[in-house]
Amino acid sequence: MSNVGIVFVSHSEQIALGLKELTTQAIQNVSIEAAGGTDDGEIGTNLEKIIQAIETVYSDKGVLILFDLGSALMNAEMALELSGRDNILIADAPLIEGGYVAAVESSMGKSLQEVLEAAEQVREQPKRG
Amino acid sequence: MGLTTKHIQLWLQKTNEKIQENKTYLTELDQAIGDGDHGINMARGFEEAIKKTAESDYESPSDLLKDWAMTLISKVGGASGPLFGTAILKMSMSVKGKAEINYAELTTAFEEALAGILQRGHAAENQKTLVDVWSPIVRFLQENTAFDSAAFTNQAKEAMEQTKDMQAEKGRAAYLKERSIGHIDPGSASSFYLLQSLSEVIEKEGVTV
Repeated sequence: MSNVGIVFVSHSEQIALGLKELTTQAIQNVSIEAAGGTDDGEIGTNLEKIIQAIETVYSDKGVLILFDLGSALMNAEMALELSGRDNILIADAPLIEGGYVAAVESSMGKSLQEVLEAAEQVREQPKRG
Repeated sequence: MGLTTKHIQLWLQKTNEKIQENKTYLTELDQAIGDGDHGINMARGFEEAIKKTAESDYESPSDLLKDWAMTLISKVGGASGPLFGTAILKMSMSVKGKAEINYAELTTAFEEALAGILQRGHAAENQKTLVDVWSPIVRFLQENTAFDSAAFTNQAKEAMEQTKDMQAEKGRAAYLKERSIGHIDPGSASSFYLLQSLSEVIEKEGVTV
């Protein structure tokens, strides 16, 4: 059984890797990949890295991408367009909490749409309850 | 004769020269209101585009523009990569199959480049982005019937300077709110170099568009 794959796109390679570490520590049955930094590890995002990450975690359940700041969205959208696949979505959600929730939802076997909605709902949830 | 592959190559070279010369200035503009890497990113991307396009003999403007665009997309780390890359890529698609480009075709290419920037950046005019240079330039091309180099450059320069008094609503500068006022938008400055370079090539090479 496959679950929705998840890609973290950050301007910082270390943020993306750190978030992958954080989520995989708790959730092991979801494919999660980090796509942070430029191709030489500087601050920025890189189209090929994102495409590569999508291919790594891809399954027929689809892939959810989470991103940090504006230009990460631009490269994520380009990667999505170039992939030619229709079961890839980009979540408009806080990267860390949204990413964590997405991983949890995916691990429960939820659909791509359900994982997306759960991640995006994080925006409305105060952390102090 | 209209714009040929050779002219596009010269356009890229001239833009690269200006970007390299003004790398520090562009970075300073970006340090004021952004994340301070615009000059460095653009200089790296254009340098790579020069290297990449030196490897091949291009048969058409479209093929050259495509490699130029793809290099910017993969080598410029910030928002400028996808934005300038998309603009040049849309131009490439627009002039596909043409050995040279006339005024009407150049206008269409710019219209499609702007449409690409708007779609990629989800931006509109007056948000202190490169759209504030590209939109007036497209209108300028549409309102005229032949290329006037001096007027084209002036229009681009004026549009770039007008971004100084705008408050940013897109990009990293938007987080600064009213503190973004008083500085020229770095992407608009780079756009000016690109447009000024095209204008200079057309004038110097005696291109009739």
